[in-house]
Amino acid sequence: MAQRSLRPEMRRAAKEAPVGDAIMSARDLSVHYGAFQAVRDVNLSFYENRITALIGPSGCGKSTVLRCMNRMNDLIPIARVSGEVLYHNHNIYGPNIDPVEVRRRIGMVFQKPNPFPKSIYDNVAWGAKINGYRGSMDDLVERSLTQAALWNEVKDKLKDSGLSLSGGQQQRLCIARAIAIQPDVILMDEPASALDPISTLKIEDLMQELTRNYTIVIVTHNMQQAARSSDFTAYFSVGEDRAGYLVEYGPTHEVFTNPKDPKTEDYITGRVG
Amino acid sequence: MSSLPTPKNREAIFTDRLSARKRRGMIFRNVCLAMTIFGVLSLGALLYDTIGSAFTWAAVEEREVRGRVQPNVVQTWSLWEGIYNRDELQRLTAENYPEAEFRFFSWVNINFLTNFPSRFPELSGFRSPLIGSLMVIGITALLSFPIGTGAAIFLEEYGTKGWISRIIETNIANLAGVPSIIYGLLGLTIFVRGAGGLTGGQTVLAGAFTMTLLSLPIIIVAARESIRAVPPSQRQAALALGATRWETTYSHVLPSALPGILTGTILAMSRAIGETAPLITIGALTYVAFDPSGARDIFTVMPIQIFNWVTLPQATFHNLASAGIVVLLSILLTMNGIAIVIRRKTERTW
Repeated sequence: MAQRSLRPEMRRAAKEAPVGDAIMSARDLSVHYGAFQAVRDVNLSFYENRITALIGPSGCGKSTVLRCMNRMNDLIPIARVSGEVLYHNHNIYGPNIDPVEVRRRIGMVFQKPNPFPKSIYDNVAWGAKINGYRGSMDDLVERSLTQAALWNEVKDKLKDSGLSLSGGQQQRLCIARAIAIQPDVILMDEPASALDPISTLKIEDLMQELTRNYTIVIVTHNMQQAARSSDFTAYFSVGEDRAGYLVEYGPTHEVFTNPKDPKTEDYITGRVG
Repeated sequence: MSSLPTPKNREAIFTDRLSARKRRGMIFRNVCLAMTIFGVLSLGALLYDTIGSAFTWAAVEEREVRGRVQPNVVQTWSLWEGIYNRDELQRLTAENYPEAEFRFFSWVNINFLTNFPSRFPELSGFRSPLIGSLMVIGITALLSFPIGTGAAIFLEEYGTKGWISRIIETNIANLAGVPSIIYGLLGLTIFVRGAGGLTGGQTVLAGAFTMTLLSLPIIIVAARESIRAVPPSQRQAALALGATRWETTYSHVLPSALPGILTGTILAMSRAIGETAPLITIGALTYVAFDPSGARDIFTVMPIQIFNWVTLPQATFHNLASAGIVVLLSILLTMNGIAIVIRRKTERTW
């Protein structure tokens, strides 16, 4: 796969195309954990086939916001979400929306690689199977693993356990698993933070490749990663009341070269956080 | 004292008194060792006693029973006594029982496993209690495994974690500690008297239902523990693929938790197979000279038969009781061994 040509410098030109409609947006999104307000009034849009990075210091609520995007916060009993999250202008917190349907359209890759303790093949095929995939499963598995830049490494051992792979390979397997059900949006929660630099680079290259078909939202602690791989950046901070809020949001090169808010500048220049 | 140089960066004065601290550690180590030795010795004494009484040296005469010549054990000595003191015992036999032959006599033998209990100890067997126990435990396992697993799944995966769930949790944990005779009284009321039409009274089925009640709390607690040990990241991974709660549980949580659930079930079964009190309470018999014809027939179980033999005055029946204990312990050890193998084979690090 011609990954090198997709390094960020080369990519800038490719992304000159005008930004399309927002595929998802948060409207006045607030999250409480019990009595504690974790996130306050976030307004944010994610654009089709673009990568949006959420950055900010620990505890600023960026992972919480990410988990709101496919209702993974529903799994935390004390979490309460207010405001709206629009997906193609449908509020995914609306009364008639089943979170299962939401998650089938908005996939997720987690911080720590979490393949199922099943074969590599079954890891990829399971999601498609339960969602009623009608086509050839072998083709889908091959296609998904190829898109996740893992096929060449595992094509001879598809029956091996997913847990037998290295950390970086496991994370790409998780990405293959996520794209096998062909969602619209892939949420990535610090997908490379548990990986070594080389695996990290592979994941970043892979993200660029995936933007052809998918919209990606990534939470990262690594500002270079945000700078070199994202199209938009949202900077979150923690307020006096310990609630996270959105400080600044815009195209990545603007946020990094010409931040409007002094807090953003302090953070990206390494003075805080 | 120390061969290492004193650390340079010292602001405060330290008197580390290392040898006193190590001495204290040594005392605790030795106390723990003594406790371990106590436990091992008690177990050893139990085995020594039981084995010595199940495998004996005996003075055996012959007598005719129902037209067939059968051995008649007139006196027995423990295995260990015979090993150390064989000549003396031989002399005693020749002196006291001139007709008798002095030889090794194993009370655990083919006859013991295939005969029904009898008034002649040498002919007496363990067949009906063995079959009765296996039937009761078989039915108990078939009932309590699905019920216990189902309850554990509901409590862990579906139930909300509120005060109701905490009350239920505490209650189940307490039920696991309720004396078994109370389950016997419950079983007598519900399954023998109340549902006598279904169970047929004091039958295998009533016994199995009672044992199910007894094992359920243990199985539920064990199953909940192993379901809880499945990392949340596995559930999140499945749910994030658009799986329903049930698909997640069935395909990912249960397969990972199953070894733990099976282990818990087997351990609960090995507790149940040794239970006497609840089955006496529901009216299991002490003397059964036939195979139970089905689940709705009267029965006895191994511990009841053992108890029955122990209460008889003749010494040779006590040897039979020991033989019964050897069989019961062998079955228990086999079950626990299976549980260990299952756990070993499926150990997983996430």
